[in-house]
Parts: sequence; structure tokens; C-alpha cells
Amino acid sequence: MTRDMVLRVVAKLLIPFILLFALYVQFHGDFGPGGGFQAGVILAAAMVFYAVIFGLDNARKVLPDRLVETMIAAGVLLYLGVGVAGLLLGGNFLDYFVLSADPVAGQHRGIFWIELGVAITVCGVMLKVFYLFAGRGAEDE
Amino acid sequence: MMLAVVVLARTRNLFAVVVLSGLYSFLMATVMVALDAVDVAMTEAAVGAGISTVLLLGALHLCRSEEAKPAHKPWLPLAVTVATGLVLVYGTWDLPAFSDPEAPIHHHVAPRYLEEGPRETGVPNVVTAVLASYRGFDTLGETTVVFTAGAGIIALLRRRRTTADKETP
Repeated sequence: MTRDMVLRVVAKLLIPFILLFALYVQFHGDFGPGGGFQAGVILAAAMVFYAVIFGLDNARKVLPDRLVETMIAAGVLLYLGVGVAGLLLGGNFLDYFVLSADPVAGQHRGIFWIELGVAITVCGVMLKVFYLFAGRGAEDE
Repeated sequence: MMLAVVVLARTRNLFAVVVLSGLYSFLMATVMVALDAVDVAMTEAAVGAGISTVLLLGALHLCRSEEAKPAHKPWLPLAVTVATGLVLVYGTWDLPAFSDPEAPIHHHVAPRYLEEGPRETGVPNVVTAVLASYRGFDTLGETTVVFTAGAGIIALLRRRRTTADKETP
């Protein structure tokens, strides 16, 4: 599909807005619907869309395999790190109240970081699964 | 949606099946919006209709596009499926009615989350407060499940690829 001009133009128009929507869902998760999981999935869907239109090799240039694999582990580690940070600051594991002087600000900060961790892991796993499946198809040709 | 399911069950062309299941996911997302579960609807639209459709198309690329005719009449599986379905329907008779305010699930911790959540956590979205603040361990577990699934798929699919790479030169 890399030579289809209508698809390319529509994809170039749509992908920035999909990415923006993913970021909105991520950072607005405290207030509106959505959160880390949804944001990660939408981000991954935007990347899959890009890969379908512009080819897997171009997508691999944007987000290399090594980076995607790092993302899978980094999200979980970030989540665990927030829990350990709560421990180090004198609270319980995953206790956000101690993350800031103001308890409510601490809650917001903790939720922000753990949602980011969830989003990174989910996006990484989805993209990795897609890369593996699509890569297998290409090799058999 | 019923129509989509019936056509899905009867179609033998797998490409049509993949497209129809994407359609079914979109319809399901609208149902979720009608039920006021917008975050579930977003997930359904992105995963069910988007990524899984692409993955199924990728899988379809590796195999033939027509479903094989079954070698025998599947009467026994049909009977088992119908019997299981009847048992499940029988089980739902004991459940409280849909959106019944007297249901036990609405009397355990849900009132406390709804009433105390905004004051205790200061997070306006109660769903996020429950997921991240009250049940942070659950969400950590879910993230670990996603991580484990990804690691498992990498282990399964990548090993075959490296053996294939060794055979080619």
C-alpha cells in the first residue's frame, strides 16, 4: 500500500491527531475517561496504522525493535519504581500521599507516573506483537 | 450486531470473517458508549477493531483464505455448546436485575469509593482513583500480566525466526 497516494495523504493527516488524542487520553486520565492502558493502545494503533501504510521497515526506523523491547520492561519498572519511591519516602508500597508535601498533589503525581508506566508497557507489547507477526509474513514471501 | 454474528458463523471466506469481526468490535464499542463506559469503548475500538484486525490479517497472510470444510458433522460439539449455554442462562436467573440499586455489588465498597474517593484522593475521575489509588496493586499485577504476555510472545515467535535464519545461509 506504500504507493497508494490517497491512503498516504489520509494517513499523514490522521496520524498526528491520533497521537494527540493518545496523549490527551494519557494526561487527561485523572479528569476524563481513559488512562494509561487506553493511551498505550491508541499510541500502538497509530504506529500500526503508520506501518500498514508506509511499510514495516519505515515503522522500524521510527521505533526500532530494541526500543520497543526496552519499553515493555521499562513501564513495569517505572510502576515498581513509584512504589519503591513511596517506600523510600517513608510511606507504604504504592503510597502516593508521601510523594509530595500536599497529599492531593502527591496523589496526582503518583497516578501520573504509574499511568505512564502502564501506557509504555502496553504500547510496547502491542507493537512488539505486531512487529513479530508482520515480520513473519514478510519473510515467507 | 446479531446479523454480524450470524453472518460471521456462516461465512467460509476468512478475509470476510476478519473484516466482519472488526465491524462487530466497532458495534460493541458503540454499545459500551451507550452503557457510559467510554474507556472500555476506546479500548474495544483500538484493540478489537484496530490492532487485532491487523494481526488477524497478518495471520491470514500466512495461511489460506478459505476455511476448510469440517470432515464430520459437528452434532456433539453443538449439543455440548447448547447445553453449556442453557446452564449459563439458568445461572443468570439468580443474578440481581440489571442496574438494580439493591444489588450486593452496589453495597460493598462502591458507595465508599463514590462518596469518599474525591475527598480522600482529590482525583476527579473515580475510575482512575479506584484503579490507581485504591487498587494500585491490582493495576501493577495487570501491567505485569501484559509484560509477561509480551515476553512470552517474544520467546515463542522469535526463537523460530532465529532458527529459520540459521537454516537459510
